[in-house]
Amino acid sequence: MKLNSPLQAYKFLPGTNCGECGEATCMAFASHLIDRSLKLTDCTPILDDKFKKKYAELDALLAPEIREVEIGVGDHIVKIGGDDVLYRHKLTFFNQNALAYDVWDTMDEADLVARVEQIRDFRKFYVGEFLQLDMIAVRSISDDPKKFADTVKKVMGTTDLPLVLCSFNPKVLKAGLEVAGDKNPLIYAANKDNWQEVADLALEYNVPVALFAPNDLDMLKSLAKTFLEMGMENLVLDPGTFPTGKDLRTTFHNFLKIRRAGIEGDRDIAFPIMAVPLTAWMAHDDPVSASYWETVVASVFTIKYGDIMLLHSIEPYALLPEMHIRDTIYTDPRKPVTVDPAVNDVGSPTADSPVIVTTNFALTYYTVESDLSSNGIDCYLMAVDTDGIGVEAAVAGGQLTAAKVKKGLEEAGFDLKEKTSHNTLVLPGLAARLQGDVEDEVGANVMIGPPDSGRIPGWMEKNWPPAKK
Amino acid sequence: MTKKVKLSDLTDMFKDLGNVEALEGVTIEGDIELDISGGGGLNPALAYALGHETAQISVHLANIANMLGYPVGQAFAGMAGVGIGGMAAPTAGITAPARLNKLIPSKFEVKNVEEWKHTIQEVTLGATSADGGSRKSTVTLGGENSLPFYFDTEMPHRNYVTMDVFDMPIGMAKAVKMNYEDVINDPAEWAKKVVRDFNADMVTIHLISTDPLINDTSAREAAKVVEDVLQAVDVPIVIGGSGNPQKDPEVLEKAAEVAEGERCLLASASLNLDYARIAKAANDYGHAVLSWTQLEINAQKELNRKLMKQCDVPRENIVMDPTTAALGYGLDYAYTNMERIRLAGLMGDEELTFPMSSGTTNAWGARESWMVSSPLKQDSDWGPREYRGPIWEIVTGLSLALAGNDLFMMMHPTSVQVVKEITQTLFGLKEEETIDITNWIGAEV
Repeated sequence: MKLNSPLQAYKFLPGTNCGECGEATCMAFASHLIDRSLKLTDCTPILDDKFKKKYAELDALLAPEIREVEIGVGDHIVKIGGDDVLYRHKLTFFNQNALAYDVWDTMDEADLVARVEQIRDFRKFYVGEFLQLDMIAVRSISDDPKKFADTVKKVMGTTDLPLVLCSFNPKVLKAGLEVAGDKNPLIYAANKDNWQEVADLALEYNVPVALFAPNDLDMLKSLAKTFLEMGMENLVLDPGTFPTGKDLRTTFHNFLKIRRAGIEGDRDIAFPIMAVPLTAWMAHDDPVSASYWETVVASVFTIKYGDIMLLHSIEPYALLPEMHIRDTIYTDPRKPVTVDPAVNDVGSPTADSPVIVTTNFALTYYTVESDLSSNGIDCYLMAVDTDGIGVEAAVAGGQLTAAKVKKGLEEAGFDLKEKTSHNTLVLPGLAARLQGDVEDEVGANVMIGPPDSGRIPGWMEKNWPPAKK
Repeated sequence: MTKKVKLSDLTDMFKDLGNVEALEGVTIEGDIELDISGGGGLNPALAYALGHETAQISVHLANIANMLGYPVGQAFAGMAGVGIGGMAAPTAGITAPARLNKLIPSKFEVKNVEEWKHTIQEVTLGATSADGGSRKSTVTLGGENSLPFYFDTEMPHRNYVTMDVFDMPIGMAKAVKMNYEDVINDPAEWAKKVVRDFNADMVTIHLISTDPLINDTSAREAAKVVEDVLQAVDVPIVIGGSGNPQKDPEVLEKAAEVAEGERCLLASASLNLDYARIAKAANDYGHAVLSWTQLEINAQKELNRKLMKQCDVPRENIVMDPTTAALGYGLDYAYTNMERIRLAGLMGDEELTFPMSSGTTNAWGARESWMVSSPLKQDSDWGPREYRGPIWEIVTGLSLALAGNDLFMMMHPTSVQVVKEITQTLFGLKEEETIDITNWIGAEV
């Protein structure tokens, strides 16, 4: 965006402090516009006709440097791009990169449906929500328009996930669009040879389009400029993903260059970037090596500026790290690292329920909490104030001590003797060395839980309730 | 002693294990021979792979081949292009009136980053006989003038891996442990194994048994283990304490003394122990210090400042460990903390212009790396953990490589090979034949 202080945005606002956006003042609202935590449309008065000009001006100034592109329709719409910074700590990265997994038009129907279902259904619970995959990329291997259209139709019959239609043959793309044209798929790709026909298709169906110029940034920019000139703004840039050796190094540099130029204001190249780690499968014959290398390439381009990627392996050992590294990079660094120190109820605990101790590092806390609640364990979960440091490191660094546990119980007003029938605390396995200290300091029994909270259910079966002394 | 084994024999051997699905359809062409060192029988690394669960064999085949210097990429290069379907030439004739019939010519340009005017300090670990030590090789970290692998300036030194060795058997993930069962009671043999078989650039000897709550091994006895490791290998070493803040200064002092002149890295000085004693031991006996803080850039500045100003540690003897959290367990903080530290260094914050080290092994603390299956019923199947573990360590490590980390403390041999492969590829050391991706859509993968 072209603004860097709330004051610059404030000048365009009505200045009435009406409070309709939920903020007390227009200045407060302006600061949320600058950090992109509120949208301009949250200001209802400015939508009024008399502010039309100011709205348009401010809206343009607030637009992110990298254009935002939408793919798909309805509930599963995927947004990519929209970034304003090169480093996540400078603000945050917006619109996590879209993960698209491939199917192809020479697959058996049963295999095709099974694969699409696997992609559609794969999920992993993490910090209060499910990590999932976003898109299906349909590749034309046969080069036969009818086969391609049939495949696209079959995929659409199985999932609502947005599609990438992949072929360099405009006839094949057209056949795909005849089936999926109203679902706003991304068409892949226009290159130096077919660009005119692909442009016609993108215009006719009003769909986003990928531009492909392997290791030729002049050509890529030239294509982007030409498509812009023809009135298309929903563009995705693919500078080619070369999977090995010095070519991969060059690919890495191309990603850095495109994004740097875009953030620094070169509008002709300020579009989302596509990586195709799938090319790792052209370099490795052994499927495990290929899948590993694909995940490695995907991780590199998740971290450095890939906004959408096309992938092949749907093995869990590829999907899990790919989803997690994406979450890592796109998590808003401004969100708090900690939860409030407290003793919280999980489920409906009674006096016979265990009191389980963990730290106030948000990731640790939520992991433990979801392990407990998803396994139906009623208990008290205590978040000790460790300055937001996880268990193992806090024990090593002195942020998790017997004194801290005692203080936490006192401040939460949680008297073990009064609230429980067992006067017992359960320490994390990684804090086992604190057992004696905590017993002395708190005057309670201390049991040592498993080193990973995922094992609490098994631990409970063996150890709870504690034997009467 | 060297035994020649043909790669085709290898596949036969694997076939004998039965039901090795992953190998079906793989044919090895030509009479490529592998040199397998080791007396009498097979190389231990190979033996270990052979004894493995069949499901794991294919990855280890590639891995072993890499380890032994066998050019896997070339063997498969001939097949890489096979199966790419022919692409139709763009059809002539335009169906709808194009608004433009010629591309608008354009020149792509981008500037180098101007604010990166400062150089990260170079730190050399290990000393050869010319410098009063007994190492055969040294490792130099740092020297960067831009973010890692960027095009703005060449990165002067590649990334290095130091592999973990412990002075007593410890709990490890199964996938890790199976690599070390034969040496788990002998740190010197363990150190030899990681250098000889797993391509470690350096060795870290962790003196964890010195912790009063574990074995309370005396500093003197622990120092003996350091001597053994220095005898066993000729690469530079890192000496790690147990992490006990009361005991570590004494343990590291004694270890520094017996390792005098070897330019080891003492791990670690931190704000919650008597860092001045560790700094003094490093200064007195010619070692470098690992300055360890916990995900806090200001604490890192404070400790570095104290080491330099209060303890007179020379700049060329400081390496930072700003803490590594595993993928899914705080890697976002660890990544950004390192990236901020490196950017601050490049822009001239002299309290942060030091090379960095990562305890990448921490990735094995993530349940995804070692648990048989998800503890949550709602999750999709996590698949075999044998494959999950190494990739967890790899992605954790390579993320931090991109944030500016120089030295990796690691544990699993496959992870080490792959982290080396990707960092050296981005660094520019890997020559491979160009793969034609022009028509990648039609590739039969």
